[in-house]
Amino acid sequence: MGHIYLDHNATTPVAPSVAATMASSLESVFGNPSSVHRYGQHAKIAMDEARIAVAHLLGASPTEVVFTSGGSESDNLALRGVADAAASSGRRHLVMSAIEHEAVLHTVQALTKRGWTSTVVGVDARGIVDPARVAEAMRDDTALVSVMHANNEIGTVQPIPELAAITHERRAVFHTDAVQSVGKIPVHVGTLGVDLISLSAHKFNGPKGVGALWIRRGTRVHAQLTGGKQERNRRAGTENVTAIVGLGAAAQLVATKQDAVPEITTLRDRLETGILAAVPDTALNGDPTTRVGNTTNISFRGVEAESLLIALDLEGIAVSTGSACSSGTLEPSHVLRAMGFSPHRTQNSIRFSLGLGNTTDEIDRVVSVLPGVVERLRVAAGGGRR
Amino acid sequence: MKVVVAMSGGVDSSVAALQLVEAGHEVIGLSMQLYDQQQGTTQFGGCCSLDDLHDARRTAGVLGIPHYIMNFERQFDATVVSRFVREYADGRTPIPCVQCNADLKFAHLLDRAIALGADYVATGHYVRSSPADGIHAARLQRGVDAKKDQSYFLFSLTQNQLSRALFPIGHLNKREVRALAKSASLPVADKPDSQELCFVPNGNTAAFIETRDNSVARSGPIQNRDGQQVGQHAGVHRYTVGQRKGLGLSTHEPLYVVNIDAPTNTLTVGPQSALQQTELTASSVNWIAGHPPGPSCQTTARIRHRHPDATAQVELLPKHRVSVVFDRPQRAIAPGQAVVFYDGDTVLGGGWID
Repeated sequence: MGHIYLDHNATTPVAPSVAATMASSLESVFGNPSSVHRYGQHAKIAMDEARIAVAHLLGASPTEVVFTSGGSESDNLALRGVADAAASSGRRHLVMSAIEHEAVLHTVQALTKRGWTSTVVGVDARGIVDPARVAEAMRDDTALVSVMHANNEIGTVQPIPELAAITHERRAVFHTDAVQSVGKIPVHVGTLGVDLISLSAHKFNGPKGVGALWIRRGTRVHAQLTGGKQERNRRAGTENVTAIVGLGAAAQLVATKQDAVPEITTLRDRLETGILAAVPDTALNGDPTTRVGNTTNISFRGVEAESLLIALDLEGIAVSTGSACSSGTLEPSHVLRAMGFSPHRTQNSIRFSLGLGNTTDEIDRVVSVLPGVVERLRVAAGGGRR
Repeated sequence: MKVVVAMSGGVDSSVAALQLVEAGHEVIGLSMQLYDQQQGTTQFGGCCSLDDLHDARRTAGVLGIPHYIMNFERQFDATVVSRFVREYADGRTPIPCVQCNADLKFAHLLDRAIALGADYVATGHYVRSSPADGIHAARLQRGVDAKKDQSYFLFSLTQNQLSRALFPIGHLNKREVRALAKSASLPVADKPDSQELCFVPNGNTAAFIETRDNSVARSGPIQNRDGQQVGQHAGVHRYTVGQRKGLGLSTHEPLYVVNIDAPTNTLTVGPQSALQQTELTASSVNWIAGHPPGPSCQTTARIRHRHPDATAQVELLPKHRVSVVFDRPQRAIAPGQAVVFYDGDTVLGGGWID
């Protein structure tokens, strides 16, 4: 049996149709989109198609889409760009949730070293932000509130429309990092009512190194990369045309693969139920209902997640201890800590994230392999062979 | 067999992995991340740094084996670094490599390896071992390359640990190891050997200890053997028995540290001849066979890595202690170092010099 990939929240394989579109673009389109001649025009057209596809996915206008190098850059542009634009008006306060991705957490921390203040709003034990807490955190000088749409580690979905409304009552700007929700649940600018959305192609079967920031018309965002006038002066630099074409193809794929979402959810539930039943001393982390359909995060009591991850990889099963960005560090997950879990439980937790291509057979194999692997690790941990 | 190789990123453990792959074993490379890698500008001693982990990964790639980095920062700090600092503060001269082997590689790493279903942990040490055979206990022997022999650092291994240990390069000399690395196109074939203590930035031991425990940086008296003060020192952690440099004394006869008394923060100095001693006692003695060879025995003993072997009479004392009397005086017996006993090439055991 081949290898089983259950780490789609870290990244997804590029869909064959996306790869084919990119390959043909790479071969036939080489012009600089800013050039006047037909080579440039071809590149511009290819990029515009991608922009329309992304806008269509979000229910937005193409002119509101800024291409970036990915989720982290989109988050940086949103936060730093809004902060810079609001500075002159004296709004120097930022609000974010405690379970944001590092791209948001560390950017806000960087801004606080430059004279900004910030309030971090906690989450409940399910990993969900309480809108009342955000309302309490708001101040007259709050410039921006940033709360992620779906969490990368536990998959919980935040009450974004409510949070955005609270933010707008105080005339502040609302950003959501939707890197983990695009392709898994609808991400629609009208429904969400937000001002800025970050997304990243490689989380929904597109290529790495490309993403977008959707900026609602009228939202003031200062460019962070300066130079040419690309992306309507909001992001300088010759565009990564092939990757952008890949992003567009992946955005189109999301629309055509809508029926895959309930299938993936069914597989996730089968996996989760199977593990919780087959492996003793396990517990689900996060909310069982208010979450995306591909993610489950489970604690295995007494098992070091790092060892379980390696043991599973040796069995041909790829999972993660949480966020890929934290691999190799000892820092327990800030998400699970924010939910009030003990350090032990945070270090015993494994994330399984499913995606296109996973099968029932794969899930059943994981459920059959896990109990033995966990048992071996528990025996070894209880060891005392010295 | 399924074997986990502890891969430091150096040529020795890389060739250890190569040997096992070529012997047809199922090999898994594990590297230990031992200390904070965030200080990008600091020079570490050349083992287990970010570059070394990267080298280990590249080597595993060439060998076609899975490779993982395990974070042992907490365990390394608790078992190796803390003790290292405490020993220096106590006026002793520790050997952290012994704990790193016995309490980390053949303890925490071995546990993880067994949890992964491995039968053995292999390292790139220049030592040999032979398994227990029903009559004889498992044995640890010097490496064939006398210049590279690392048996001194493994004296505290137990039968259980040895029964799970493989040393695939112990029968080779360094030149052969490099040649094998080269012929297999391993990326580390020409990498220089590591020298310094891996976790001490820039090789500055005193500064490292002060960052961990600044109470040690207290000046105190330097006295001669008659108790007369002859100078001032800047903290006992800066000195080792036998050391001449860094005393700041101007005498026509060269003077050496002959004793470090941490409780009174006093260094005693004396001439070269005062360093020559024939007796020592040692504690926490380990006998690799699981029991001492007898209540009293004649062995060869070594008081320091690379110090010449010397014949000695070893007498057992209560509470896992021994007294050792050498036939000829030994130079600069330093508390905190190990005394390791040999029978020919076989390591009998050893203990910590009091």
